[in-house]
Amino acid sequence: MSGAVDTLEQVRDFTDRKYKYGFVTDIEAETAPKGLNEDIVRFISAKKNEPEWLLAWRLRAYRHWLTMEEPKWAMVHYPPIDYQDAFYYSAPKETAKFKSLDEVDPELLRTYEKLGIPLREQEMLAGVEPSVAVDAVFDSVSVATTFKAKLEEKGIIFCPISEAVQNHPDLVQQYLGSVVPYSDNFFATLNSAVFTDGSFVYIPKGVRCPMELSTYFRINAANTGQFERTLIIADSDSYVSYLEGCTAPKRDENQLHAAVVELVAHDNARIKYSTVQNWYPGDENGLGGIYNFVTKRGACRGANSKISWTQVETGSAITWKYPSCILQGDNSVGEFYSVAITNNRQQADTGTKMIHIGRNTRSTIVAKGISAGHAQSTYRGLVRIMPGALNARNHTQCDSLLIGDKCGAHTVPYIDSRNKSAKVEHEATTAKISEDQLFYCRQRGLTPEDAVSLIVNGFCKEVLKELPMEFAVEAQKLVGISLEGSVG
Amino acid sequence: MQALIDSHAPFRQFQPGTALPWLEARRAVGLARAERLGWPTTRLEPWKFTNLAKLSRMQFEPATPASANNFIDVLPTVVAQGNPASHRLVFVNGFWRSDLSSPGRLPGGVTLTGLAATLAGDPILAEAYLGQVALPDDHALAALNTAFLTDGPLLVIGEKVEVKNPIELIMISAGSADQPLIAHPRLIITAGPYSQATVIEHHISLGDHVMLSNAVTELSVGIGAELRHYKVQREHDNAFHLATTVGRLERAAVYEGFLLTLGARLSRNEVRLVLDGVDARARLSGAYLVENGRHADTTTLIEHAKPRGTSRQVFKGVIGGKSRGVFQGKIIVRPDAQKTEGYQLHRALLLTDDARIDAKPELEIYADDVKCSHGATAGDLDDDALFYLRARGIDRDGARALLIGAYVNEVLAEISDSTVQAYFENLAATRLGTDKE
Amino acid sequence: MLIISNLHASVGDKPILKGIDLTIRAGEVHAIMGPNGSGKSTLSYILAGREGYQVTEGSVTYHGRDLLAMPAEERAASGVFLAFQYPVEIPGVSNSTFLKTALNAVRRQRGEPELDAMQFLKLVRAKCRELGMTDEMLKRSVNVGFSGGEKKRNDILQMAVLDPKLAILDETDSGLDIDALRIVADGVNSLRGADRSMLVITHYQRLLSYIVPNHVHVLASGRIQRSGGKELALELEQRGYAEFDVNEAA
Repeated sequence: MSGAVDTLEQVRDFTDRKYKYGFVTDIEAETAPKGLNEDIVRFISAKKNEPEWLLAWRLRAYRHWLTMEEPKWAMVHYPPIDYQDAFYYSAPKETAKFKSLDEVDPELLRTYEKLGIPLREQEMLAGVEPSVAVDAVFDSVSVATTFKAKLEEKGIIFCPISEAVQNHPDLVQQYLGSVVPYSDNFFATLNSAVFTDGSFVYIPKGVRCPMELSTYFRINAANTGQFERTLIIADSDSYVSYLEGCTAPKRDENQLHAAVVELVAHDNARIKYSTVQNWYPGDENGLGGIYNFVTKRGACRGANSKISWTQVETGSAITWKYPSCILQGDNSVGEFYSVAITNNRQQADTGTKMIHIGRNTRSTIVAKGISAGHAQSTYRGLVRIMPGALNARNHTQCDSLLIGDKCGAHTVPYIDSRNKSAKVEHEATTAKISEDQLFYCRQRGLTPEDAVSLIVNGFCKEVLKELPMEFAVEAQKLVGISLEGSVG
Repeated sequence: MQALIDSHAPFRQFQPGTALPWLEARRAVGLARAERLGWPTTRLEPWKFTNLAKLSRMQFEPATPASANNFIDVLPTVVAQGNPASHRLVFVNGFWRSDLSSPGRLPGGVTLTGLAATLAGDPILAEAYLGQVALPDDHALAALNTAFLTDGPLLVIGEKVEVKNPIELIMISAGSADQPLIAHPRLIITAGPYSQATVIEHHISLGDHVMLSNAVTELSVGIGAELRHYKVQREHDNAFHLATTVGRLERAAVYEGFLLTLGARLSRNEVRLVLDGVDARARLSGAYLVENGRHADTTTLIEHAKPRGTSRQVFKGVIGGKSRGVFQGKIIVRPDAQKTEGYQLHRALLLTDDARIDAKPELEIYADDVKCSHGATAGDLDDDALFYLRARGIDRDGARALLIGAYVNEVLAEISDSTVQAYFENLAATRLGTDKE
Repeated sequence: MLIISNLHASVGDKPILKGIDLTIRAGEVHAIMGPNGSGKSTLSYILAGREGYQVTEGSVTYHGRDLLAMPAEERAASGVFLAFQYPVEIPGVSNSTFLKTALNAVRRQRGEPELDAMQFLKLVRAKCRELGMTDEMLKRSVNVGFSGGEKKRNDILQMAVLDPKLAILDETDSGLDIDALRIVADGVNSLRGADRSMLVITHYQRLLSYIVPNHVHVLASGRIQRSGGKELALELEQRGYAEFDVNEAA
């Protein structure tokens, strides 16, 4: 009997180790009634004290959404989502207007401590320049943003988007929906109707943002969808590097996360956007986990602008996201570096779109997919060269690694070239970790788990090296942890 | 689609074997299926890049035997017509022309005849081979072909038989002066266990009447058999060519296919091969040269169903004025198919600013011990190579022609039969030469 | 330190080793010579713990422990080092990362404190110097794009860093020209010591002119057919393996 209990404990230990962010914060929340209708949209808008134009925009989106069908083309399978059986707004009580962190519920602060996210500016070492500013989004609202004042000195706006709506309405109205229109796709349209918070970034002309900006997303409440909206504008000759992290508690039911991220880069501006996505992936049998349906798109509007997406996707039961670049400006550059790791019953259908419109536009795609257990991983990408994209260049490299014989790895690239001076190159490979490599590592003393972790990290190196230092180490560890239990 | 469905009843008088229940049942299923599915639209993923909307609005009448009585004096063949080694069957608008055909002296154990004649004279033989490879269920064009199934070549190579000289199947679209015609030829090619043969399909047209050929080919390559199967399509600018090929390879079977597309306003070669036995090997390659607003679609599906299979695909396109190339190539590796090796390469050369290529190479893999890769490129000729030739005194046009020729010849080298390779090279060079004007 | 007794092993249904007896004491260098297919590489893989070989009879005792019961990484930690005939490539993993991970894994299992980045770098640079190697190859991916000689030298560097008690050199001379051979052999010789035993597996005598063994054994048809001193190698060089019933060899 006690043996069985021990085993159970061990299993629990093991699972906890695998997903160490699975705890729940017990905090009093204010929640909108369950379900989705125009009143909920009005409720959210009223909560945020939004101007009339924004409510009208939300309602247009909502009405359009009613006419749309959920996309079915991705290689992911899940039971039908009941959109009426979820909460669309949940916020920790009394969070609306903190003057300082001292007013924040200590339970929340502890949550972020546990997650390793620094929210207290004074805890930074004296005399050391801060390297990361954080916006912490807890369920539907932003609870804290650090180093705002310091950034303001340079004219940089970094704040929750709900705050930007109040304080910088012209900027928001000008850019919101300008890259991802409200009618774009089923999930983006849903987001447009019910988005609650997210980050807003504006980098003025000629400014190089002195620190990494980062948003940390946390889903806590049960049965609640998270619909955040992020908008980043880099004005001419500016630079910003932005990081995004995500975790959620372990719950048996699936939760919906449908975010929209819009990036705008003007002349000579550069935006580097990095994601480490570690939403709860569900258990070994596919119970629970986040449904991650995300629309991310960047517009290289200006000449010589550059947008670079780097993503490490290890979490979520289902991942459906295609961070894309619209290369309008002449000489603009789009990059997509991706690692997608799926284990157990996870499914990921992810990739990118590179739309070349301007002359001499260049894009690079490096996608690494790793499947283990019963997981299915798909790279899906589009490279489109429009007739005016003289001398456009694309290079795509997709590699898949299979661990175990119950998983699948798929590659679906679309190439559409309408300009003869353009050069498009796509290469893809699929293979497994070789027995030779595993044995070689074990002969040098590595356990099978460490050997797999090392080999997979090597396989992903081209992508991981694109991550900012602060994230790279964490991502490397995550790669190993995500694959635990995948080799016998 | 409804007009075509309605034309079926009056067409039945031309169909052989209407007393055969098994055949009638299949035709009925095909008709019902075609009616239900309708013309493929771009909303279907496999048809995303090839739009049949205009085609579906044209009024096609089914070709009848009477439409196939044209006077024909010259046939395109690899082996000269008078040569006793020549084995050829000729079909016009989908109907067998015995007067033009010459099966020649074939080894024992080889059947080379027309399907309609077989259905009438030896229905048991026809039943044994017709439908031996299952057609996809969701395929309107294949269903339509089955509904209108009438004639086409039937080739069966018996066990351990080696046919030395190529067997040539000449499919002529002659159309009719009265109205646009549609033909539904069914080609059946069966290589028995340990047999060896080379088959060449010529698809040409006569005159310039509007004609749609909706062909279906069934391929079966038995245990240890080797089949080389080369197809050249050079129909005229009023022709539409839609060809669906399904093939099944058994244990240690070897298949080598090549598709040379030089003609037709709109063409599609859809090839689906299943490697259904261990150690099967498939090579499928092709070249398409399109200009003058043509559209050429190559869609392949190689399914590795059993262990240790290998597949290799190399395709190249040369796309000129206002033309569009489409390449969709998919490799599926089923869970059991361990130790599979799959390779695919597609390259498109865009010659003009209004040329367009849509390529979608795809891997779908459910087994872990596999090596699969694909590559795809699109672009103009290599500037460095062009400059190199010009630096050696060759003018710009000459240099381009030379490089394009070399580019195409590279893929023609995938053809292992040197006679056919030379024949195809010649056809391609002629076409490229014409383009220069 | 190593006692192999009556070792029988097969791959699938095919017997490869048919009763090997061999005892290696601390500080000794033994050479195993034999024709192709005699089971030389099988023996090295079995000692290192590679999966896919079935031991059907016999035992291997290493420092009093049942070696065959230990997983590969535990053998590595307890001091068994295999220099591979064909060192494996691991793309994207730098040599220094690989070495550091391996060294710390081994140290962890030995109950020794792990080395931090600085300590490790110091150690590995020192080892490189001892072996007369540049540390340039530390930055490159493990064996990727290495020449045959570089791969072998890399293995010897790993050996120097991991500090094994029993080093098995599997056909270390294969694919090396005479200069590379001399460099690799010098490296191996510099690692000889009273506590370190070596098992040198080779087809040719030439390696043994550089790494002079205490004992030479002839392995053919899955058995040790003859044992002797270093002069046996020279004898074999002249007479070949013909007198051993090679035909029966698996």
